[in-house]
Amino acid sequence: MPVVAKTAGMPSSAHEVWIEPPRAWAGANWKQLWRHRALLWTLTWRDIKVRYRQTVLGAIWAVLQPLTTMAIFTVVFGRLAQMSSDGVPYPIFVFMGLLPWLFVSQGLNVASNSLVGNAGLITKVYFPRLIIPTASILSSLVDFGISFGVLVCLMAWYGLVPSLSWLLLPMPLALAVVTSLGVGIWLSALNVKFRDVRLTIPFLTQIWMFSSPIIFPTSLIEPKWRTLYGLNPMVGIIEGFRWSLIPRGVAPDLGSIVMSTVVALVLLATGVLFFRRVERNFADLI
Amino acid sequence: MQDLAIEVEELGKRYHIAQVAAPYQTLRDSIVNLFAAPARRACSVLRGVAPQADARSREFWALRNVSFDVRRGEVLGIIGRNGSGKSTLLKILSQITAPTEGRARVVGRVGSLLEVGTGFHYELSGRDNIYLNGAMLGMRRDEIRRKFDAIVDFSQVAEFLDTPVKHYSSGMYMRLAFSVAAHLESEILLVDEVLAVGDFDFQKKCIAKMQDVTRDGRTVIFISHSMGSVKELCHRAMILNHGRLEAIGGVEEMVDLYEPRPEVVAAGQVTWSGKDHAPANDFVELESVAICGPDGVARAEFAVEEPVDVRIRFHNKRAGTVYRVEIRLRDKHGNWVLTSENGYTSVDSPDPGLKTPLPAGLVESCCRMPASLLNDQEYVVSVAVVPEEAGTDGGQLYVENLLQFQVIDPACKQNTKYLGLVRPRLAWHTSQLNAA
Repeated sequence: MPVVAKTAGMPSSAHEVWIEPPRAWAGANWKQLWRHRALLWTLTWRDIKVRYRQTVLGAIWAVLQPLTTMAIFTVVFGRLAQMSSDGVPYPIFVFMGLLPWLFVSQGLNVASNSLVGNAGLITKVYFPRLIIPTASILSSLVDFGISFGVLVCLMAWYGLVPSLSWLLLPMPLALAVVTSLGVGIWLSALNVKFRDVRLTIPFLTQIWMFSSPIIFPTSLIEPKWRTLYGLNPMVGIIEGFRWSLIPRGVAPDLGSIVMSTVVALVLLATGVLFFRRVERNFADLI
Repeated sequence: MQDLAIEVEELGKRYHIAQVAAPYQTLRDSIVNLFAAPARRACSVLRGVAPQADARSREFWALRNVSFDVRRGEVLGIIGRNGSGKSTLLKILSQITAPTEGRARVVGRVGSLLEVGTGFHYELSGRDNIYLNGAMLGMRRDEIRRKFDAIVDFSQVAEFLDTPVKHYSSGMYMRLAFSVAAHLESEILLVDEVLAVGDFDFQKKCIAKMQDVTRDGRTVIFISHSMGSVKELCHRAMILNHGRLEAIGGVEEMVDLYEPRPEVVAAGQVTWSGKDHAPANDFVELESVAICGPDGVARAEFAVEEPVDVRIRFHNKRAGTVYRVEIRLRDKHGNWVLTSENGYTSVDSPDPGLKTPLPAGLVESCCRMPASLLNDQEYVVSVAVVPEEAGTDGGQLYVENLLQFQVIDPACKQNTKYLGLVRPRLAWHTSQLNAA
């Protein structure tokens, strides 16, 4: 029985691959990534499934973590330190800052370990390696979604109803994904080569958290420094996020949002370039 | 050129020994090095020594100058010892690791099975793992869905499909893993010895499945240590040795080249004329060994239906010694076929010379292998003469792989080869037990 044609869905020339010593710098391999998109979804789905199966509390984590952090911050900074919150109830104010922050920090935490954690895959099958950190970041979106549900309930409790500006929410969210991907891809690639990168991450996230406007409003920063403050991409993300949710008080500084966007995109672009450069050695190093 | 599936040109892969010893660096070391390295380089330049890359890292080539082609639909076996570069070659062809030099062109969708169960996750159920593993191997979701039942059926784990694989026995785990891999539909398949999984029955199933795959007209590169599976599955084979391509050609020829073949002195008969060269010790000295037909004439080719005589002539140097004589037969790959000694004969024809003290002088011992015992293939004879009173180490004379001869089947039609090292005519009896 002639069965040769069974797999010939596409002309085989479409599958011609040259295997050569790698060039020094290479951009993202979009064609390859597109061809393996199914694997991206599968890996994301696996990460989600495994995360909620291995922990006793499962999804409760995604509720508990921001809630307790919010409670502590509210007591310490809201009550004791009397921090300003631009007229929004302090708990809501902190929670709105914490949500994108927890997404980004959790994303880069999982992403940085993702390559080393999937060493078995990297040494045994081929696919664009960028899929691994990307999948781990996308899987963090589920936690974000759950926490967002909590936020909506909290706002309802305080009598805050959704407004039209909620339609703008995807923009700060996209910026958060880009930032998380940029930093996550950098760290994941570095962590293959330098295993002590992992140890610097808690330190790095702590500094980053307190330099981001989570517990304080950007209105505390002098106007002439605000654009410069946007160098921290979390500034653009949190400002955009807060303003889309509750469009009152001071409108976010446009300069800082543009700055944050540029920084996030540069982080992602350089991250991909660096990743692609070291990618070819992953199987030998890991 | 049109129907080449894989073209490999001068492929090479270099590793650094230091990389192997310490697989990863620390950022701290690197930062220290960043400052130390220029200083070291400056020092060596000042001293007039060529700057060394790094004294600690020596390099070695896991693969070098390897070139070959694989036609579409061909099954190529790769054989070689551990560390000969087989796995490295497959890893390069499946793009897991990049080559250091040379290049390769691969036309067609590649599926690689370097390990069964790649990406299996212990926490997930068998069902989830089929989808996961399938996606890893490059199957599309609809493709997996279409084959799902066939995969489950083949793996024989249907009732545990929704149990996490961590509760599977290792046999079940391997069966499921192989089943997913076996249903991979790609034009080119790179396989690294994954056949030896599960129990005997399942192994047979695996081999049969692999044969189906190769008959599908797909291109396969297959690594194995088992010459049996290579011969069964491959059209051509290549031998890798220390990263170099040693030989490539027909599978029979390559396996013959690779397997440790006994070196045989002569065919048919060997006679020692000068006393210097004859195998000898304090008790005996061999004069000749011959393989003869019933007429007593030495030759190297026998029909299956002919008896084969091995005649051993030796000088007894010590009067009154009792000897035990022995022959051993190997096939051409060195597998033992049989051992026979004159103290262990057919009941109706005991050796009259057995346990008889012999006078000094020439002795002949003849062993007859009956007609229809040996199969139509090549055999190699080894001979031993053992004086009874000598200790086990001192007096025995053993000459290995002394003579070779060929058994042929003149009546043999094409495709009616009997498998096996021997081909005795056995007693059969078939009768009707009850009428229908």
